Amino acid sequence: MDKITKRKNQWEEETLGPVLKKTPERKKVFTTESGIPVQRLYTPSDLKNSEYCRDLSFPGEYPYTRGVYPTMYRGRHWTMRNYAGFGTAEDTNQRYRYLLEQGMKGLSMAFDLPTQLGYDSDNPVSEGAVGRVGVAVDSLEDMETVFDGIPLDKVSTSMTINATAPILLALYIAVAEKQGVSQDKLMGTTQNDILKEFIARGTYIYPPEPSLKLVLDIVEYCMKNVPRWNTLNITGYHFREAGATAIQELAFTLGDAITYIEKAQERGLHVDEFAPRLSYSLGCYMDLFEEIAKYRAARRLFAKIMKERFNAQNPKSYLFRIFSGSCGSTLVKQQPINNIVRVTMHALMGILGGHQAIHTACWDEGFAIPSQDSARIALRTQQILAHECGLCDTIDPLAGSYYVESLTNEIEDRTRCYLEKLDEMGGMLGAIDSGFACREIQESSVAFQKKVDAGERIIVGLNRFVMPEEEALDDEDIFEVDPEVEEIQKSKLAALKQRRDNPKVQHALEKLSGAIDRNENLMPSIIESVKSYATLGEISGVMRDKWGEFKASTHI
Amino acid sequence: MEQRRIRVLIAKAGLDGHDRGAKIVARILRDSGMEVIYTGIRQSADQVVNAVVEEDVDVLGLSFLSGDHMVLVPKVIKGLKEMRIENVLTLVGGIILKRQIPELLKLGVHKVFLPGTDSQEIVQYIRENVNRTR
Repeated sequence: MDKITKRKNQWEEETLGPVLKKTPERKKVFTTESGIPVQRLYTPSDLKNSEYCRDLSFPGEYPYTRGVYPTMYRGRHWTMRNYAGFGTAEDTNQRYRYLLEQGMKGLSMAFDLPTQLGYDSDNPVSEGAVGRVGVAVDSLEDMETVFDGIPLDKVSTSMTINATAPILLALYIAVAEKQGVSQDKLMGTTQNDILKEFIARGTYIYPPEPSLKLVLDIVEYCMKNVPRWNTLNITGYHFREAGATAIQELAFTLGDAITYIEKAQERGLHVDEFAPRLSYSLGCYMDLFEEIAKYRAARRLFAKIMKERFNAQNPKSYLFRIFSGSCGSTLVKQQPINNIVRVTMHALMGILGGHQAIHTACWDEGFAIPSQDSARIALRTQQILAHECGLCDTIDPLAGSYYVESLTNEIEDRTRCYLEKLDEMGGMLGAIDSGFACREIQESSVAFQKKVDAGERIIVGLNRFVMPEEEALDDEDIFEVDPEVEEIQKSKLAALKQRRDNPKVQHALEKLSGAIDRNENLMPSIIESVKSYATLGEISGVMRDKWGEFKASTHI
Repeated sequence: MEQRRIRVLIAKAGLDGHDRGAKIVARILRDSGMEVIYTGIRQSADQVVNAVVEEDVDVLGLSFLSGDHMVLVPKVIKGLKEMRIENVLTLVGGIILKRQIPELLKLGVHKVFLPGTDSQEIVQYIRENVNRTR
């Protein structure tokens, strides 16, 4: 027995024991948010199987536990990139210009549901949803307005777009060209992660196979033409939002990454050519140490997978670059200003976790489109942490913490086991097909809800420290999207369809249809279609006709 | 005569795919002994109405998170009336502004549950208000 363990036993007997007898601890068992047992005290004995050079190493070096770059925030801060977009293209342009003036470093585009699902604003199914949860984009005209006065060679843009990602990327390329910016200079990200839509969030259109084809069309097209574009942002955030534990979130994210990489290889792409442009997104929940350990474990485990499983040689293929976001489900409607504190913790996790871009939610985001004021406060939260708190002057400051390192090891081990289970069922495609992934997440979300209902998981303002209803926020303070948006979009569309060269549109759409039949990369014909001012609904319509729509299971 | 179990349809109308809340409510109602059917996401108002008829349910629970409820709830209620469906306890849950609640109740919604509701409160409300004599 080593010296520390001996001393610890002695401490438990002589110092701790008598105190526990008099005053027991708050709980019998302590666990992290995801149910990992937490010991009373961590010591070097908990790390006796760790080897610094093998497990932690140095920033910018394998296995990247301490960070993906050698200087991290001493070089430059993360990209402050808050999710925004609502109403018409004009509304969104105004909000973007405001946020950029206030010091935001990159845009993160939110689209309304019709845009995400390939419907134009005048489609009857879009009724009530136009411009609601993001900006309505029907054609190149809208995209031109969104980026009016915003130079696309200077600003990077991340788009939360999946089933219609090729169309939105084509629109972005076309707007840039109009601004005189060639596509090889564009910087940004298409989320383009359709697999997770089949498990959580639900903005799939086509069945998995053609959906995966579209994902890879972007990957392949950008490899050759838009080299600085992050083609695919593999996202765990939405699993967490749907109720997954940290382990499930990480395992499903890495499981998806493995599937995409295998599919790209099947297409004949070389891992070291496309993997450097993959990026990752994870959620920020509420357990500070568990989340930080999750990000560190993610970097290490991913690097090992790239090396051992895919035999990647390019060091850039090993980088698990993280864009993180405050989990909206942690925000509470009761006493909502308290959410500023929660979001501050999210940003802190992201910074101590070494993220490349951070989204901080607005305090009113859980129940409304954020107002301009709340959007500014969310940005200021990041700026205060970046400049006032000494968080960015040394790299990975929590490394060496007995607790954080133990938890990092524990999360890596648990995630690895979970990944083995996924492999046995045919990877993520198997886990989606059998309903395993959905069921697992649902079990976790029900378990969480039961803990909240029982008051076991405390949420301040909701099940503890509750205030009378009258003192809660009044609706008058809630920002609302102009209900006229739908009519404005409809009349813009009608005018566009009058004005544009309709035979040219038809010709472009027919070419797209032919490209689908020949199983070609569809990006060139989608770009030609959007330039002819074909609408998003028309382009998606061609694909719907060819591939049909996916119907999900309704298991509960 | 033995009372039949309460039958509930949980529905996601509109384009939104966030169904964590809908599924949690569905599961908790089932765990409390009710028979629960879930429509899945992206249902039109007509599809919801048809499901109410086909499944012969006592309770309809509609979940909305994306702000389209003031368009879709009236359509569902109108559809139910056209099919002469009465006595179905109609509940709405999700992100609803307080000032919209009176309007929803006037339309014929029986109760609106806001974020943070204890799930047992929903179970209890259904037990006390469901009409099983139809």
